[in-house]
Amino acid sequence: MLRDITLGQYYPGSSPIHRLDPRVKIIATLLFIVELFIVNNFIGFAICAAAMAICVIVSKVPLSFIMRGLKPIIIILLFTFLLNIFMVDGKVIWTLGPLEVTKEGLITAIFMAIRLILLIIGSSLLTLTTTPIRLTDGIERLLSPFERFGLPAHDIAMMMSIALRFIPTLLEEADKIMKAQQARGADFESGNIMRRAKSLIPILIPLFVSAFRIAQDLAMAMESRCYRGGKGRTRLHEMRFHRKDVISMIVLFVFLAGIIVERMLVESDI
Amino acid sequence: MSIQVRNLSYVYNAGMPDEQKALDNVSFEVYNGQIASIIGHTGSGKSTLVQHLNGLLKPSEGTIIVGGTDITEAGVAMREIRQKVGLVFQYPEYQLFEETVAADVAFGPKNLGLDEMEINDRVREALSLVGLDVDEVGERSPFDLSGGQKRRVAIAGIIAMRPQVLILDEPTAGLDPGAHREIIDMIRKVHEKEENIVIFVSHNMDDVAALSDKVLVMDRGQLMMSGTPQEIFHQRERLANAGLDIPSAAKLMMQLRKSGCEVPVDALTREDAAKELAAYLQGKSRKC
Ligand SMILES: Nc1ncnc2c1ncn2[C@@H]1O[C@H](COP(=O)(O)OP(=O)(O)OP(=O)(O)O)[C@@H](O)[C@H]1O
Ligand SMILES: [Mg+2]
Repeated sequence: MLRDITLGQYYPGSSPIHRLDPRVKIIATLLFIVELFIVNNFIGFAICAAAMAICVIVSKVPLSFIMRGLKPIIIILLFTFLLNIFMVDGKVIWTLGPLEVTKEGLITAIFMAIRLILLIIGSSLLTLTTTPIRLTDGIERLLSPFERFGLPAHDIAMMMSIALRFIPTLLEEADKIMKAQQARGADFESGNIMRRAKSLIPILIPLFVSAFRIAQDLAMAMESRCYRGGKGRTRLHEMRFHRKDVISMIVLFVFLAGIIVERMLVESDI
Repeated sequence: MSIQVRNLSYVYNAGMPDEQKALDNVSFEVYNGQIASIIGHTGSGKSTLVQHLNGLLKPSEGTIIVGGTDITEAGVAMREIRQKVGLVFQYPEYQLFEETVAADVAFGPKNLGLDEMEINDRVREALSLVGLDVDEVGERSPFDLSGGQKRRVAIAGIIAMRPQVLILDEPTAGLDPGAHREIIDMIRKVHEKEENIVIFVSHNMDDVAALSDKVLVMDRGQLMMSGTPQEIFHQRERLANAGLDIPSAAKLMMQLRKSGCEVPVDALTREDAAKELAAYLQGKSRKC
């Protein structure tokens, strides 16, 4: 049950997208998010969606897998949709008791929903095609110019990679403890909220104990291998920009320019 | 009371890229009063199999009948199944959570809805069965105990539910020889007292030979063989192919035979081997 959580999951593959430099992919994702906020008409979204679709097809990640990432945010999506539909003033096209649906509200709601969906798909494509290690390596390299201003880029990246690395471990641990307590007759599904909250104690306490044990073991293992932070540390996979990475960067910025031009040429929908 | 498993298959992460068939068409029976053991190499599906027996995992295919009830059917009362079938997990000491040992052992019986008198009786009895005294450790924090003691408290937590089927997943993993022996003696004691079915998973062939009426051999998700310890441990080659071994006593007798002593090689436990050797040494046919 807990295993269905696919946060930051990696889909193994060797497509061109998988093989791109992680820095390029991180920049691409950031640019894509910016572009989604630059766009102010449906034609722009169609262009973004098409670009997105090409990336998804090239990455060879099955569509069902990408859609699974949308599942947890369906509630948020519905909530913002309903809020927009009823809250925006304008020409009334439909009334439902005290609530009024306006034309502008409907358009804004659809607009926001598309933006949110593209945002989620775009960022999940990044984690689906990049292993957590490469991802944090990329982040570290991108942040390293700021080290000069006191930003601990290496430590941030190390913390992120440890956190990502241990999400599945802790989920597995929680799953095991949950089963063990169920075998002792524990019941997590019935009763009112108070009872259910109380029924979590037999899971949470062993889970915390395990988490501390794991953290301690890891710290010990790192220290016994002479880990002393980032200074002077060399790496196994040197990151280098190849031709495909440079070409990708050029394409990315051309696309950004295209989106800006499109916004100036086409009339806004909201 | 009996357990019947028919054509059981189980797939982890079905439909995902990392889908894995952990059990493949497994069928067997265990009857009242038997001690059965499950052996097999790491990752052969032993833990997956035992988690099916009390309904923690739902089979992808196949049926499991516990005491006449098909527990794979929709709508069976899981609480009843879990009362009938007690499962002690691998490394059960990591599931302790209460402030005191007594309270932790009482968690299971409490979930069964028993009254306080009954719970106290059961806690006392379960702790004494695993060799602990409630007056001595009952009020201590389970986190202050040694590893072996923690393990015993966790096992007591299941025994206190008085299951008709007691399943233990590698109960002696990671224990020192003394604690190991205590756990094995405890299993025997509980079995004699409760007259229940015991199923245990083990990598220790000596324990398997000494305790079990029936041995189930798992290999890559399939039930490779099942039978009495005699039947199983005389198929040395097949066991070796599945990454398994024979009991140390049997190995010793084989070595003796190899170095020219015509000793009988049926013994599986140390006691039997000693008897056979003694008989051989006193006998007339002795050649070495
Ligand atoms: N929660 C899970 N999710 C996915 N795969 C799993 C899970 N648990 C076990 N497996 C896989 O199923 C197979 C059987 O595992 P299982 O834990 O039943 O083996 P085992 O015989 O108990 O091994 P061991 O002797 O190490 O305890 C293994 O290949 C394992 O990788
Ligand atoms: Mg196991």
